[in-house]
Amino acid sequence: MQIELKQPVLQKNDAMAQQLRELFAQHHVFVLDLLASPGSGKTSTILATIDALRDEFNIAVIEGDIAGSVDAKKIKDQGIPAVQINTGGACHLEADMIKRAVDVLDLKRLDLIIIENVGNLVCPTDFDLGENAKAMILSVPEGDDKPLKYPGVFQVSQAIILNKVDTMPVFNFDEEAFNASIKQLNPTASVFRIAATNGFGVEAWADWLREKIHAIQ
Amino acid sequence: MHELGIINGVLDASKKAAVDAGATKLVAVSLSYGEMTEVIEDALRFAFEALTEDDPFLKGATLNLNIIKPKSRCLDCGHEFEHDRFHVCCPQCESPMTQLLCGREMNIDSIEVETPEEGDNKANR
Repeated sequence: MQIELKQPVLQKNDAMAQQLRELFAQHHVFVLDLLASPGSGKTSTILATIDALRDEFNIAVIEGDIAGSVDAKKIKDQGIPAVQINTGGACHLEADMIKRAVDVLDLKRLDLIIIENVGNLVCPTDFDLGENAKAMILSVPEGDDKPLKYPGVFQVSQAIILNKVDTMPVFNFDEEAFNASIKQLNPTASVFRIAATNGFGVEAWADWLREKIHAIQ
Repeated sequence: MHELGIINGVLDASKKAAVDAGATKLVAVSLSYGEMTEVIEDALRFAFEALTEDDPFLKGATLNLNIIKPKSRCLDCGHEFEHDRFHVCCPQCESPMTQLLCGREMNIDSIEVETPEEGDNKANR
């Protein structure tokens, strides 16, 4: 006997993500899901973003890692609330994990939540977390060919941050080829060149985020 | 390797639907997924095999996969076109403003199950 189901595979996740999206909207909180490889400078970028925006907005960070709480500690050291999620081996965050993290945050007083997803350019792409936008970081040492190897993550991201541009002279990074790939994969994405650890370019990125936050407030 | 989690969810949903229909065994699951997702066919098949082999209700079930080609509509000239993962601009007017119509979905289309009556018929043959 055949039974028609016609249901999304990620129905459970999508339903929870929708519930979260409504919750965030109700509290006028902008949620950014930040994707990148391990070592691309996610935490440094978040710290630089916090620096640029903390005078205007109340910010919290949700840290997704397979294990440990090194990143959450770095954020908390800056006086910013941070919740660590340990996925225990899972390669991505799912909406119900975000729900548990959000339960311990005070949404009423927050303007911005940054979710640092697990370092991975593949799996997090397919999961809706109820965010307002996904953004991604590629760092110069990873190479200009990454958009051609991991097209999905470059396509779901509204903003693409090219980090560690100060190391460009050392690495053989073909920025022209990189830009051409982005134009092909995601022509409407905003691209920001930054060096998170020295603050270069962070202001333009922060401006983009500021505008997005204002738009939902 | 998020395919393991995906197949786990697929089997949960499939088993529930099968049990609700009074089935005694799951025979097949048909899934559709778009080429723009990060799903790998081999990893799906591997996860399906691994997760069905120890459950008598699921053991031996087959996985049918239907891969959907991405298709977009140009928001400037209205042209609809199929494309690969890499080229999303309109081939007619080169506009970057295009809307994906399909290619990022992941759906359980249907399942095939064995019901007690079907089991009896087989036994009598």
